Amino acid sequence: MPFSSFKDYMPRQDLLAFVVLALLLVVILPLTLDVMRLNQTGKFLSFAFVAVGLVLCWGYGGILSLGQGVFYGLGGYALAMYLKLEASTPENTRIQTTPGIPDFMDWNRITELPWFWEPFYSLTFSILAVVVVPMIVAYLIGLAMFKRRVGGVYFAIITQSIAAILTILIIGQQGLTGGVNGITDLRTLNGWNIHTDSASYVLYFVCVALLFACLLIAQYIRRCKTGRILVAMRGQEDRVRFSGYDIANFKIFVFCIGAAFAGIGGAMFTLQEGFMSPSFVGVVPSIEMVIFCAVGGRLSIIGAVYGVLLVSVAKTVFGENFPELWLFAMGLIFIGVVLGLPNGIAGLYANYVGPHVDRLLDRIFGKQTPSEQAQPVQPPLEPNSQGATP
Amino acid sequence: MSGSNTDFILAVEGLTVSFDGFKAVNDLSFYVDQNEIRVIIGPNGAGKTTVLDLICGRTKATDGSIRFRNRELTRLKEHQIVKAGVGRKFQNPSIYTDLTVFENLEISYPSGRGVFGSLAFKRDAEVIARIEEIAGRIFLSEHLNTQADLLSHGQKQWLEIGMLLIQKPELLMLDEPVAGMSVSERQQTAILLREIAKEHTMIVIEHDMQFVAEIADKVTVLHQGKILAEGSPEKVKADPKVIEVYLGH
Repeated sequence: MPFSSFKDYMPRQDLLAFVVLALLLVVILPLTLDVMRLNQTGKFLSFAFVAVGLVLCWGYGGILSLGQGVFYGLGGYALAMYLKLEASTPENTRIQTTPGIPDFMDWNRITELPWFWEPFYSLTFSILAVVVVPMIVAYLIGLAMFKRRVGGVYFAIITQSIAAILTILIIGQQGLTGGVNGITDLRTLNGWNIHTDSASYVLYFVCVALLFACLLIAQYIRRCKTGRILVAMRGQEDRVRFSGYDIANFKIFVFCIGAAFAGIGGAMFTLQEGFMSPSFVGVVPSIEMVIFCAVGGRLSIIGAVYGVLLVSVAKTVFGENFPELWLFAMGLIFIGVVLGLPNGIAGLYANYVGPHVDRLLDRIFGKQTPSEQAQPVQPPLEPNSQGATP
Repeated sequence: MSGSNTDFILAVEGLTVSFDGFKAVNDLSFYVDQNEIRVIIGPNGAGKTTVLDLICGRTKATDGSIRFRNRELTRLKEHQIVKAGVGRKFQNPSIYTDLTVFENLEISYPSGRGVFGSLAFKRDAEVIARIEEIAGRIFLSEHLNTQADLLSHGQKQWLEIGMLLIQKPELLMLDEPVAGMSVSERQQTAILLREIAKEHTMIVIEHDMQFVAEIADKVTVLHQGKILAEGSPEKVKADPKVIEVYLGH
């Protein structure tokens, strides 16, 4: 273990943030929200996986990806394919021309299950695919881009194009993918009905548990040397390179971690929503994910979760009343955050609330040594290090 | 073209680089001895920084060879050249402004340089002792927990020199290490570099002739990508060609 103590891994302020978030998600929300709203919160939280990954990639590593929807979609589709095969038993689909294959294939006059669907009969394979497929895709993109030193705005544009390409591919290949409707009518997970109230509760808590697992991994990365190398790379890439590091490998690594997180998020969405569609893959959702991260604070993994919750709640409330105005409102929020709050909600907290909390903790637990304090990684947002502004 | 084996720590032979036909460095050859301080001087645009860029792999040579301990560097990647034992300091202090002095030095510590190595890297007693030792040498013992951004310009230069030292390179290349320093800081730096030269070989780019005379064993004068003169500081200072193009009358 690279940490000399638990405190080294999780300084007091961080621990407090983890505990408060855990209280909110595990105790307060389940006690106050009805099952429908809780299920909705769970779906919001599925985007928090992406936002936490973006904090590592963008906030720490300076890699702005506008294509995280790709990985969210891959994870979501991997599980949706399993669920769809399970729902498409020959008995359930006996009215089809070819019983036993997903309904949309039958509508598109496909008579045999495509080869790449076959492995998704296996639950183990599908769960592995949720994490591994996004990582492989991220690895290949990373290898192609970072080894050639493509970065900044160019990388952002390329990832955005990949999101667009994947959407077009999914919509165009309707018979293989379910097209624009996505993969719908999912019912059971290994025989367990995912639409009951009790399933909603279970899935919500599974989602929260997985989110915390990702947060703990992210905390490990940001507190160990890798995190400091990412921060160093963000500002002085050449200096890191000429200190003997192969920069591309670090970028590929963090991009893959972000992709794996996003994949898990996508799978949790599929389970809680009961379908997956290309509308969560493309350019717009990918940019939305970046906005979540920016609002929460691109340097704070916990902030990212709050960013997701706040923007999603605003989207629901505002979007239900003025659906046509929501996109404008979201654009305004993003511009406002970039201009006024470069470190998002987490930055506000660190500047105004954090010092008071720290003093309070000092009074209760005694002073801490400088090495235990959180790192000062809250620089102002610089236009060139930030990459493209969508 | 590949050079022959020599006793020199660095042997540059026939080095040429052209940018769209413009030869920034043109058929350059020079040799550096073990534990020598070599200073490269020359007017702006002479190709001084380009030579360092070529040695450390930032720029790829069009032709010629760079042999470090008889190992060809021109085909290696930057991080491989660092691992071979060549350290480079940039013209403007390149330090990690978001991190503390301690963390800056820690990143340069030659261990845990792979992704998984860095994930498992532990800040053990040996690492801390080494960082404290280096911090003492570069006059920053009191500032280990200071965010690097808050250091003075001179301190930033020292920090970057310290970041090189901790890598234990055999060859250090410093691009204008005293630029922007006060007189007393310059003197301290000269002492520091003399101290470093006991264990390392150095190539330094510098403009300040007084500082050059203080530290250099040998001076190479570059002009338009070629060597104009080479020798002891006194000899170079007296060279009429050098006076003509660089030092002025």
